[in-house]
Amino acid sequence: MIDKRAKTPAEAVQGVKDGDTVLISGFGEAGNPTELIHAVIDQGIRGLTVVANNAGNGHQGLAALIEAGRVKKIICSFPRSSRSEVFQDVYNRGAIELEVVPQGTLAERIRAGGAGIGGFYTPTGVGTPLAEGKERRTIDGRDYLLELPIRADVALVKAHRADPWGNLTYRKAARNFGPPMCTAAKLTIVQVERIVALGDIDPDHVVTPSIFVDRIVEVADPISEAKILLGREKPRWIPPHERKAKEARR
Amino acid sequence: MSGIRPLNREQMAWRVAQDIPGGAFVNLGIGMPEMVANHLPQDARGGARGGREVVYHCENGILGMGPLPKPGEEDFDLVTAGKKPVTAVTGAAFFDSAASFAMIRGGHIDIAVLGAFQVAENGDLANWSTGATGAFPAVGGAMDLAAGAAQVFVIAEHTTKQGEAKLVRRCTYPLTGIRVVTRVFTDLAVIDVAAEGFLVREMVDGLSFEALQAKTGATLTLQNDCKPLKAPPVG
Repeated sequence: MIDKRAKTPAEAVQGVKDGDTVLISGFGEAGNPTELIHAVIDQGIRGLTVVANNAGNGHQGLAALIEAGRVKKIICSFPRSSRSEVFQDVYNRGAIELEVVPQGTLAERIRAGGAGIGGFYTPTGVGTPLAEGKERRTIDGRDYLLELPIRADVALVKAHRADPWGNLTYRKAARNFGPPMCTAAKLTIVQVERIVALGDIDPDHVVTPSIFVDRIVEVADPISEAKILLGREKPRWIPPHERKAKEARR
Repeated sequence: MSGIRPLNREQMAWRVAQDIPGGAFVNLGIGMPEMVANHLPQDARGGARGGREVVYHCENGILGMGPLPKPGEEDFDLVTAGKKPVTAVTGAAFFDSAASFAMIRGGHIDIAVLGAFQVAENGDLANWSTGATGAFPAVGGAMDLAAGAAQVFVIAEHTTKQGEAKLVRRCTYPLTGIRVVTRVFTDLAVIDVAAEGFLVREMVDGLSFEALQAKTGATLTLQNDCKPLKAPPVG
């Protein structure tokens, strides 16, 4: 019987290694697999190359991973936001490498990676500084740049529901990078708000089919940095260095 | 300059809204472009009967973006490109980022409204980086929108706070896209970007063409049928 359920996020991220390239879903906080990222931090994994749209907000999730010094390089479209002070600080110290990719090119490079495509020509970025070093080609009178696929060791994704086979549905704009990222990693790990019985997701409604998913874990009430900021929720996860400091004080 | 009344930011947004036709699929950039949504008729938000319907696209996977939610009713799975909570109209659709940018790159978005640091007379756009040392680069969806939307409208003040021209012969800031801007809406004028350069279609009352030219870093051509740029007292 196929059953991809893990009991905890810690169990779900077994096998993620130092130096891995990791795809992390989400647009800002929407669709960010916060608990899976915290499990990676707790297991002491370091030297990661992260591919994500942003570079973390506040001090939870992706921001916590960067703050803990576990990310050597980030490939993203928009590292700047109103609450991206963690990334800004680490970047200004020269402690992280940054590759900026236009958002549509990032999504398509990941899609291509998952679809077995060796590259594609896009009009995005022609004539800009991001075209440097890229092959330019004119097709039917229009100029394009060659972009190469992204494939990763691991994808950490948040979806809404899963069945035990790993068929997934998403919720509203939290879908964003989840579906392409699920296809482009050797090991795809997904946290969902609810695991339902096999058959409870109508086959017509499956967004990511189970073939692209290796492990699922239920996190019924995920941490929300936005709610913490609004005072509607208290921080429930403390990063390792703060935990150590707390123990030392005792 | 006495007697000249530049448009305020809401009035600039109102003026852009007047040029968005019914049935259009529109992407509004972060910042001032988002204000354009305040100035289309309520029934233009889609789903309503009659009137002008416009469908807003959000790069993070929404077609049919609605008004802001009431306080306490925010859903953090439903946010704008600027990551602020928003709503979806009746008839909306959600999709992943690859599909969203297929809509953008594939020419399916009729109009993208973007901000700008500089626009050149050949339509080149610079709006993502000033190239300053110490600033770190962040491009988001700007280059895809510039390259892919059928039309790119720019909304920006005519000059910087220091009085430097934003409409220039050639951009000096890093480019977002080449030969992409079709129309510019400033606080002083509405200007088309055509094969022959900047064409002035509308100017605020009391402003002479010479004064507008003096605030512009490229040669302007006054259209024969140039109209007064007027907006209701909004903002």
